[in-house]
Amino acid sequence: MPLPATPPHPGGTTMAEFAPLLVAVLIPLVVPALGFIAAGADAALRSRALGAPARVGWARPGRETLRLLRQQRRSVLGADALLWRTGGVGLAVAAFLLVLVVPVGETPAADLPLGIIWFTTIDVALWALWWLLGWGPNGAFSLIGGYRFLAQALAYELPLMFALLAPAVAAGSLRVADIVSAQREVWFVVSTPAAALVYLLSVAAFSAWGPFSAASGRDLAGGVLAELSGLDRLLVLGGRWCVLVAGAAFAVPLFLGGGGGPLLPAAVWVIVKTLLVLAVLIALGRGVPVILPQRLAEVGWVILVPLTLLQILIVAVAAAVGRA
Amino acid sequence: MGLGEVVAAVLFWVSAVVAIVAGALVFRVDSMARATYALAVSFVAVGVAVLTLRQDFIGLVTILMMIMEMAIMAVFMVSYMGMNPALMPMDMTHAKRPSAAIAGGVFVLLAAAALLIPWPLVPARVPSDLIVRIGEALMGSKMLVMLTVSPVLFVTIVAGIVLTSPRGRYDRFGDRLRERPRDPEGGGVGR
Repeated sequence: MPLPATPPHPGGTTMAEFAPLLVAVLIPLVVPALGFIAAGADAALRSRALGAPARVGWARPGRETLRLLRQQRRSVLGADALLWRTGGVGLAVAAFLLVLVVPVGETPAADLPLGIIWFTTIDVALWALWWLLGWGPNGAFSLIGGYRFLAQALAYELPLMFALLAPAVAAGSLRVADIVSAQREVWFVVSTPAAALVYLLSVAAFSAWGPFSAASGRDLAGGVLAELSGLDRLLVLGGRWCVLVAGAAFAVPLFLGGGGGPLLPAAVWVIVKTLLVLAVLIALGRGVPVILPQRLAEVGWVILVPLTLLQILIVAVAAAVGRA
Repeated sequence: MGLGEVVAAVLFWVSAVVAIVAGALVFRVDSMARATYALAVSFVAVGVAVLTLRQDFIGLVTILMMIMEMAIMAVFMVSYMGMNPALMPMDMTHAKRPSAAIAGGVFVLLAAAALLIPWPLVPARVPSDLIVRIGEALMGSKMLVMLTVSPVLFVTIVAGIVLTSPRGRYDRFGDRLRERPRDPEGGGVGR
């Protein structure tokens, strides 16, 4: 890991040295917990829409978890279990690695000088994970789902990379903490709105969620999810919520001023803002129908790539003028 | 030797071994998908090894590019490799004797270079502008060539796509670019 050299403390070890370790230990607990809340809210909205009381929906993630834990794993003939399980376990791991560079309050678990590149690296690993999930079970619908995700990735990845660059250019740094401190006066969601919008859409896209869930579409009998059962299914469904939470959490230092806010401590503000971004993502998932990847490609390359490039141009000129 | 250096050294050797073992597995496994992702694991391990040498950017970008490349390459390998459609188990090796000879020769050459070249010793205090200096040492005198070659390469790529594309702009929109295209699948922008 590219950990920066820590300056020596003259007074021996302090509590501050253990703070990153503490944050790292809390990540695998807090991220799934937020995922549970988000899954419950989504299910509550769905049960309200179906005419059932909302509490049925809120209880659904817990009941579904218990059900899948007890369910016997269905085996598939000719499945490549190694690659399949790698894809399943990898989603949650990728989510935790993404959150590693999010500053909770003052302290990220890992204060990487190249935090933005780190994020991009992990989000590209999601390409491999979703495709492996499609390939693993030796099923036609799953395989088509995996290919659909890659086709979708070609549409969203470049706009996402440019959208990530806009805050970095505005702050003049790839370190996430520097991007947070550059937003003391104006949040980047205000000064770079196009990048924030593209980032939000891309989070839904790399999580194969909502309008971008063609890879697990109902027209494919579940696509990449089709053959999953028991613990494997739990890991993938839970992992997808974790990836959504991680994407929402990373939006906070990028565009929403990090832990900045009145009264409450910074760590609480990070979680509150993460939940707000998740609420927007859930509303997006409930309000917009699934879009097929072949339609997304043109939107991504004809509209979003020029839009994000224009955004970077404006930001770069503003930064150059500001520094001059 | 501080704790950080010990951890970095252990991580370096572990990732070096992983890189070699995963690289060898590429030729031992019997499925295109496994071979492709064994190669991806090998490259990720190389990236981690580079990270332990404190070349953060090169290490991360190696991992990023190689995972992306292998994710796409898996699609092409499964589609185009072999007489069967690569969905069945298959042997990953061909032309075994020449390949072994070339691989052995290249290994001897590189290993000899690594051992025999008088590498400069790392100074006790690494200069802060190390990356800039490496960049200038590597590329400084060749920038003019690169600046000339890169547009030529880019134009070649674009021209190649234009020439091979079965349905270009004029096929879709007509000679005056005014007709409505009859695409098999509508694009997302509504053209």
